[in-house]
Amino acid sequence: MARPVLGLLGVFAPLSLVTVGGGQTVIAAIQRQVVDQHHWMTAPQFLNAFAISRMAPGPGSLLATLIGWQVAGAWGALAATLGIFGPTVVLVYGVAVLWSRHEGALWQRALEGGLRPVAAGMILASVYVLLGSLDGGWPAQAIALASTALLMATRVNPLLLLLAGAGLFLALHAGG
Amino acid sequence: MPAPSSPVDARPTALQLFGIFARIGLTSFGGGLSGWLLREFVRDRAWITEEEFLNGLSLAQALPGVNVTNMAIWIGHRLLGFRGAAAGLAGIVVPPAIFIVGLSAVFTALQRFPATHWTLDGAAAAAIGLSLSMGITTALRVKRRWRPLAIMAATFVAIGPLHLPLVAVVAVAGLGSIALEYVRLRRA
Repeated sequence: MARPVLGLLGVFAPLSLVTVGGGQTVIAAIQRQVVDQHHWMTAPQFLNAFAISRMAPGPGSLLATLIGWQVAGAWGALAATLGIFGPTVVLVYGVAVLWSRHEGALWQRALEGGLRPVAAGMILASVYVLLGSLDGGWPAQAIALASTALLMATRVNPLLLLLAGAGLFLALHAGG
Repeated sequence: MPAPSSPVDARPTALQLFGIFARIGLTSFGGGLSGWLLREFVRDRAWITEEEFLNGLSLAQALPGVNVTNMAIWIGHRLLGFRGAAAGLAGIVVPPAIFIVGLSAVFTALQRFPATHWTLDGAAAAAIGLSLSMGITTALRVKRRWRPLAIMAATFVAIGPLHLPLVAVVAVAGLGSIALEYVRLRRA
């Protein structure tokens, strides 16, 4: 299975550099390569892996790890993980080092002040998309808003909040 | 358990950083990891300031890569240099990577029970609160001038309701916004 392992690295490494945001941007591209081009997985297998990656905790890009695992075992998982994270990790580390060296430089303050409104817009837009794709209708949206208010106003542990959300939802469905 | 105003010069060990990122990575169902990071590193432990955090977050959003992985490198590097960046990255990636492989086996067995889906939907709904509170915190720290506020609104509308391609929007809005800020700072 030497070829798929290297092939996985070759598929995911270039995609790493066009990932922006939560890693959801490259999913269509991953599907095209893994299913249509290389025939490593069938479309239903891919959808199943995608669903699991949405439910699992951690970065959404771990979809690559799961695909690597299903295509070529442990080495495949390692190659796909290295591919999807490696290039950007090197880039971001380089930027972090540069940042510390030039603390307070004019270009740096321009980047910080310039990027902040864009970042705020991106985060709010991703919330907008998430709210729209939430399964469970208005009760789910009400839980989302209540959890926002609690997080902003109190020091509640987020994990407790998630458990409460899960419990509430389960009770709503089981009761009605 | 919130630490009562720990001194800013208190620094974690690499192992501690790994542990915190691993815990966040393993418990962040439904996304919103940046919201967790803000609580852990700024609100609860005061290891970095909110200003430093938001600067890192803006870069993490604009640079390629997954935001939370970028943040792990950024925060780790600010606190402990290379060792910190490596510890943070390993913590946020490796344990959840092992977990997801195990989960794929378990999930196949649990998929037929509807309760599994309800539970996960409810947790995902509550998790959106983490993202939204993060978005509100960042939006509140955008300078109250018409240009930054217009750029924030335009970015939101372009990516959200209009579904324009993310990479293109970030490139155009990011470069334009940086150029405007540069010119303003030069004049000031």
